[in-house]
Amino acid sequence: MRKIIDMRLLPVLAITAIVVVLPYFFPSAYYYRIGALVLIFALAVVGLNLLMGFAGQVSLGHAGFLGIGAYSVAIGPGYFGAPSWLCLFVGAMLSGVVAFLVGRPILRLKGHYLAVATLGFGLLVAIVLTNEAGFTGGPDGMSVPKLVLFGWSARGADAWYWIAGATFIGGFLLALNLMQSPTGRALQAIHDSEIAALVLGVDVARKKLTIFTISAMYASVAGSYLALFNGHITPDVAGFLRSIELVAMVVLGGMGSIVGSLVGAVVLVVLPQALTVFHEYEQALLGLIVMVFMIFLRRGIVPSLATKFAGWRK
Amino acid sequence: MAELLQFVSSGLTVGAIYALVALGFTLIYKASDIINFAQGEFVMLGGMTTVFMTLAGVPLPLAASIAIVATTAIGVALHRFAIEPARGASAVSLIMITIGASIFLRGTAQIVFDRRFHSLPPLLGADPIHFGGAAILPQSLVVLASATVIVTLLWLFIDRTLLGKAVLATAANRLAARLIGIDTRRIVEFSFAISAAIGAIAGILITPIALTSYDVGTLLALKGFAAAMLGGIGSALGAVVGGLLIGMIEAFAAGYLSSNYKDAVAFLIILVVLIFIPQGLFGRAKIERV
Repeated sequence: MRKIIDMRLLPVLAITAIVVVLPYFFPSAYYYRIGALVLIFALAVVGLNLLMGFAGQVSLGHAGFLGIGAYSVAIGPGYFGAPSWLCLFVGAMLSGVVAFLVGRPILRLKGHYLAVATLGFGLLVAIVLTNEAGFTGGPDGMSVPKLVLFGWSARGADAWYWIAGATFIGGFLLALNLMQSPTGRALQAIHDSEIAALVLGVDVARKKLTIFTISAMYASVAGSYLALFNGHITPDVAGFLRSIELVAMVVLGGMGSIVGSLVGAVVLVVLPQALTVFHEYEQALLGLIVMVFMIFLRRGIVPSLATKFAGWRK
Repeated sequence: MAELLQFVSSGLTVGAIYALVALGFTLIYKASDIINFAQGEFVMLGGMTTVFMTLAGVPLPLAASIAIVATTAIGVALHRFAIEPARGASAVSLIMITIGASIFLRGTAQIVFDRRFHSLPPLLGADPIHFGGAAILPQSLVVLASATVIVTLLWLFIDRTLLGKAVLATAANRLAARLIGIDTRRIVEFSFAISAAIGAIAGILITPIALTSYDVGTLLALKGFAAAMLGGIGSALGAVVGGLLIGMIEAFAAGYLSSNYKDAVAFLIILVVLIFIPQGLFGRAKIERV
């Protein structure tokens, strides 16, 4: 029994160790910044991976929830004087409620229809954020006050590296637990065959809605962090390209692999930074990389490599 | 009344372009079950190539022809070097490949061309025709006429030629089509070529009205995709009707509500339609076998 628990926690322990040890090799604050960005995106990607990899439901509008979280911590303190940490929670709750209400009708759709419905939802959020300039500052965006906790103000990339790291590991544990709960098993049954799950007595609609709501809250918290960390936010955070980026991170890392979520975030956050040297060719190279990875490692980096290593061991 | 006529004419013009993009989606989807998100990039390539050819002194008809041929070649290359090697990958992986391709094409276009907006001279002059109090651009008529011709030709081709029937057979049942000797791989490649050509023509037609730049493809792809879904994916009639409907809805929303929210209205309506008619207007409900 003890051995099983140890095995399950192995990836969490390994990643915790990496997150803690890695900063000793950071030559400058810039690396903390990249690290924080990777961890923030990884948090959103874990949530989306729960939906895509485990429940088998695609969402091309997840950046909408990123946007709700981001603007919660921008508008709440700016207009209502509420503390940032409270706004972060309120934003996550709001995202959850929105996901619950939108998800009820949308999640009955399947495949490409679900894709276009979620895409439409994400675009609607981005359009509202762009046009309600009175609250959101329009396309130019707005500044976000710093997070203050018990008189300590979170500023600097290193502070955010640790905050994002701790939250990511928390989110990781939560996701692992969720997958081993009855809900998690029901979701995997839905992934394999929705009708079979239905016949077995799984309340398919309800389980899908639950996971959609949870994954929206992951994205919302990540969005809030992103806004607080950058100190400025524009409607791009909720845009179509952001949604695509999140999906690409899930697919690149490996659908259904939580470690893969982190790997996907690392690849798609670090690579564009590395490519700024070729700033002209950045977009073209990024597209090329996504294509090449998807063609040659189509199940995602982590599952493909895992299979390869298992083969070597034999 | 004059206002109404104005909105209808501008709605139909934009709608015809959406319809052509949606038709491209439908063709490829029919032949291969792939949603090609690079469809909008074909439109951009058609417009941008023509613009830069004419800037280099090539006469417009020749420039347009070169643009169509070049875009078609890119469509074929996309299939051969990106889609074909990934045969058997999951639907999401294939979507990601086409999205990767669209980012790649956009990124390459901003290097090869530039990042500014460009226009082309309209085919029949720039003086608007006054009709019932509405001012209609001659180019709008060109767009509508060309779209009608393309749709008719495509229908004749599918319905009357052997190659067209092979496309239909591939769409109906790929395995059965292969068994009776149809090279389905060639058919899919062919559908990419036709879709690219249609996209390029749409791009050349709309450039005098709506301008073009390296990044116009994304929104066009989204609207075209939405149009195809609205009509019911896989239905050519649905693609045309869906495209025209979205164009009209947008024009009316921009005219009567707010031009800021015209995109929002289009997507809101798509959401509502999908919720109440999940298979789209002309799509057949799918029954899943276990």
